[in-house]
Amino acid sequence: MAKISLVVNGNPVNANIDPRTLLVQFLRENLRLTGTHVGCDTSQCGACVVHLDGKAVKACTTLAVMADGHEVRTIEGLAADGAPLHPMQEAFREHHGLQCGFCTPGMIMTAVDLVHRKGHDLSDHTIREELEGNLCRCTGYQNIVQSIAAGAKAMAKSDLA
Amino acid sequence: MYEFKYHRPATVRQAANLLLKNEDAKVIAGGHTLLPVMKQRLASPPHLVDLSHIEGLDGIEMKGRSLVIGATATHNSVANSAIVGEAIPALAELAGLIGDPAVRHKGTIGGSLANNDPTADYPAACLALGATIVTNKRRLKPEEFFQGLFTTSLESDEIITKVMFPVPKKAAYIKFRNQASRYALVGVFVAKRPSDVRVAVTGAGSEGVFRVTSFEEALKKRFSPKALDGMTVPSDGLNGDLHGSAEYRAHLIAVLARRAVEAATAKPDASVA
Ligand SMILES: Cc1cc2nc3c(=O)[nH]c(=O)nc-3n(C[C@H](O)[C@H](O)[C@H](O)COP(=O)(O)OP(=O)(O)OC[C@H]3O[C@@H](n4cnc5c(N)ncnc54)[C@H](O)[C@@H]3O)c2cc1C
Ligand code: FES
Ligand code: FES
Repeated sequence: MAKISLVVNGNPVNANIDPRTLLVQFLRENLRLTGTHVGCDTSQCGACVVHLDGKAVKACTTLAVMADGHEVRTIEGLAADGAPLHPMQEAFREHHGLQCGFCTPGMIMTAVDLVHRKGHDLSDHTIREELEGNLCRCTGYQNIVQSIAAGAKAMAKSDLA
Repeated sequence: MYEFKYHRPATVRQAANLLLKNEDAKVIAGGHTLLPVMKQRLASPPHLVDLSHIEGLDGIEMKGRSLVIGATATHNSVANSAIVGEAIPALAELAGLIGDPAVRHKGTIGGSLANNDPTADYPAACLALGATIVTNKRRLKPEEFFQGLFTTSLESDEIITKVMFPVPKKAAYIKFRNQASRYALVGVFVAKRPSDVRVAVTGAGSEGVFRVTSFEEALKKRFSPKALDGMTVPSDGLNGDLHGSAEYRAHLIAVLARRAVEAATAKPDASVA
């Protein structure tokens, strides 16, 4: 077993885990943060994307022990419970950026990371390139791209990062 | 995934000692090759030695006329490094073409080279640029380092610490992606160096990355896409699979080599070389 301490969505977390626990397993099974999904076992779908020290990573391809001492943010950490949604979440709702919703947490975490790296004025081309690692089986992507462009703009006017 | 013991050394020396002491121990850097194969139970190292917390192993700097990149520098940091962008823009572009943003946030240059996947991008850059791969024990030229499919000359307790790239006069990398995996179906890296021209191909060779000497000689006489007019490579020794036949890959090599020369000549000469 390995002792780990990390910060998840702003809260300190300590645990004793089997080193082979994936970060996504740790989040879902130990912390019951089930917003982060598992959509594949080949590291290709992006349903599991979370932020590790502020950068989008695939939680299915990261060991929880490797996050020891670091900071993790999941979809649950974007906006407080009961408070208004994060602007990127709101944009997905407004622009019909989801159907079944399975890929959505990963899409949104990827999109927020993209805004942090490339700013609020994103071309469709940039958004599509950046979604390379996120698969959606429902929407055909068009509305996801629109949602992200709108969410990026809305984030400029919001206090939520 | 099978059980293993996790170690987090603070220095390369500690890491090497852990590898010596624990039989079949493996280092993990970004984990973006190793963890997928461990999840599939195709690898089951009893010990994992995590390099990702060794300080100073991910640096990027110029040393004289060489660009020096630390083994745990991520693809993202190479792609966005102003130092790389100025010295060898083709290398920054190559790093930005690897996988997707999340893969680039974790995957490292050292992991990519140690893995020597026949469809990976960095091996082509190392071979074409004549990089030196520096380990905790010695310095290796790409010709000594790459030993065929997923094979390198690294010993079991040897760790890549950095990679030194001499700055070329001009260089470009053109990647033709596999539509499903986004690895290179074929990728061609062309480098015009002070003394010669090198053309390295990834994705196509059944023994991994290789050079096309006939193209190199033609380009040495005249560094222009026209120098390659009518030139082809034989399909012997190239991969053929459901993604493309050996003949198709041979055709792509010639096309991409021309495009790479075109892209390289479109760039201004590097000021450092
Ligand atoms: C979805 C996806 C898409 C990808 N697309 C591409 C692509 O388009 N092009 C491409 O080139 N790659 C691609 N990759 C692979 C990616 O670049 C990996 O990050 C890289 O191949 C391995 O780097 P790593 O740091 O993750 O290594 P790890 O997985 O940590 O290690 C890989 C191997 O190298 C060894 N190793 C690691 N570091 C060292 C070191 N310093 N010294 C000695 N041995 C070491 C390990 O023991 C292990 O055997 C992709 C990966 C994924 C998951
Ligand atoms: S579950 Fe992580 S990439 Fe698919
Ligand atoms: S909305 Fe169903 S997978 Fe994207």
